[in-house]
Amino acid sequence: MSNNVINDKAPALSVSNLTHHFGKLCALEDATLQVFPGDFTVLLGLNGAGKTTLYSLITRLYNNRSGSIKIFDFDLHQQSSRALSKIGVVFQQPTLDLDLTVAQNLYYYASLHGLSKKLAGERMKEELSRMKILDQLKKKIRELSGGLRRRVEIARALLHKPEMLLLDEPTVGLDVSSRQAILEHVRNLCHKDRLAVLWATHLIDEIDEGEKVVILHEGEVLASGFVEEINKKVNTSNIRDAFNLIIKSGKKI
Amino acid sequence: MTFLHYLRCFWGITTREGLRFVNQRERFLSALVRPLVWLLIFAAGFRSVLGISIIEPYETYILYEVYIAPGLIGMIQLFNGMQSSLSMVYDREMGSMRTLLVSPLPRWFLLLSKLFAGVAVSIVQVYTFLAIAWFWEIEPPAFGYFSLLPALVLSGLMLGSLGMFLSSAIKQLENFAGVMNFVIFPMFFASSALYPLWKMKESSEWLYELCWLNPFTHAIELIRFALYGQMNWTSFAYTAIATIIFLSLAVYGYDPSRGLITRKKISAD
Repeated sequence: MSNNVINDKAPALSVSNLTHHFGKLCALEDATLQVFPGDFTVLLGLNGAGKTTLYSLITRLYNNRSGSIKIFDFDLHQQSSRALSKIGVVFQQPTLDLDLTVAQNLYYYASLHGLSKKLAGERMKEELSRMKILDQLKKKIRELSGGLRRRVEIARALLHKPEMLLLDEPTVGLDVSSRQAILEHVRNLCHKDRLAVLWATHLIDEIDEGEKVVILHEGEVLASGFVEEINKKVNTSNIRDAFNLIIKSGKKI
Repeated sequence: MTFLHYLRCFWGITTREGLRFVNQRERFLSALVRPLVWLLIFAAGFRSVLGISIIEPYETYILYEVYIAPGLIGMIQLFNGMQSSLSMVYDREMGSMRTLLVSPLPRWFLLLSKLFAGVAVSIVQVYTFLAIAWFWEIEPPAFGYFSLLPALVLSGLMLGSLGMFLSSAIKQLENFAGVMNFVIFPMFFASSALYPLWKMKESSEWLYELCWLNPFTHAIELIRFALYGQMNWTSFAYTAIATIIFLSLAVYGYDPSRGLITRKKISAD
């Protein structure tokens, strides 16, 4: 996505030994994972596994007290501004203003990244066309279906040309065709633009063969690697069985 | 990030707040109706009960309506400050706060921009209220409308930052009824909005002390004097110090490493 030359071997996101507590509740324990440019990495976990906590830490809603988070070469603590400018986020909760139009929502977001109105206008047309929803530009969010709203949020997250896209359960509550369309678009971004994607979900059928998976359970990363690698390690033929087996044992593999 | 980036960001946040305000006609209407009900009904009823002697900054005996007008301006800003800041913690709104905080610009700047945007909205509400109130004999000198503006900026910032701090700190205040009961009503009634403090002193010395300590009292007095082209230095100093304290607490509350927000688990995982 960027004009800079990206070193594919350097991770876009590198989380090391991350632990986070809410009072006595341990939400994340010693979590380590990496996401590379051009990879569609699925963060798989049941509800309450710690996915949203991990996203909150990566987007610096709050800081981690132990462990480290690096976005490309930038430490999220020490160079937070440069690190945050590299990522686009689609949160689990809807974050669009219902009473504003698609364009107004996108202009607002672009301004948060310091983009000029002209550039924002060009970029939003580009991104909405790619999602085939340019005709919705002047509509109020309230008038759009859940699927269209999600697409607008994805287009919005790409306005500042990030090099990594974080999505927290973006297909929850959507119908099958909307889910498919969104998945296909994000996979395309990965392959064509070499975007690094971390896709959090609890829906196993959103994982394709040949993709990377990180299994998060009760705050711990129990497994990570390509689908085939994980299947091989636990001797299963599909990722659903592997996932069930791994979370049942609760042990790291 | 250059100065231009900051400027665009500030403008974007202010525009959004303005658009939201224009689109939510109900909010605009209730922001206007609330003080007008007090002015037109409450004040009319109490006009004969509460005679007001000559007090500064007024040069003559005044109608009760004239006395409570600055208090009602304060009320507009109090509601606005609480609404725009506390709405950030409601579930529906939590998402937009996260969108704001994921911006690469410094967090203090984002929060300050949001505060200023809220204050700008409250100022539009106040001048609309004053325009209607003019027909009910609230006729301050023409210069007063100009000298009021800086006072409104300061009092608006104080109340907005108080709301912002509360939104980061108090988990229990997640519905507006709680805010009404525990913040708005006590602040409003224990102030000089509806009665001069010397009247309170006649009833109870400690209540008088409490009202005097209430920063909302000083915001109102600052507004009252400014509306008549005068400066109340004590109230200015008190309001300015309170603003600095509340603003620091708000920035602290939203600081990702030390802030109170770190103790709050975001719903839905």
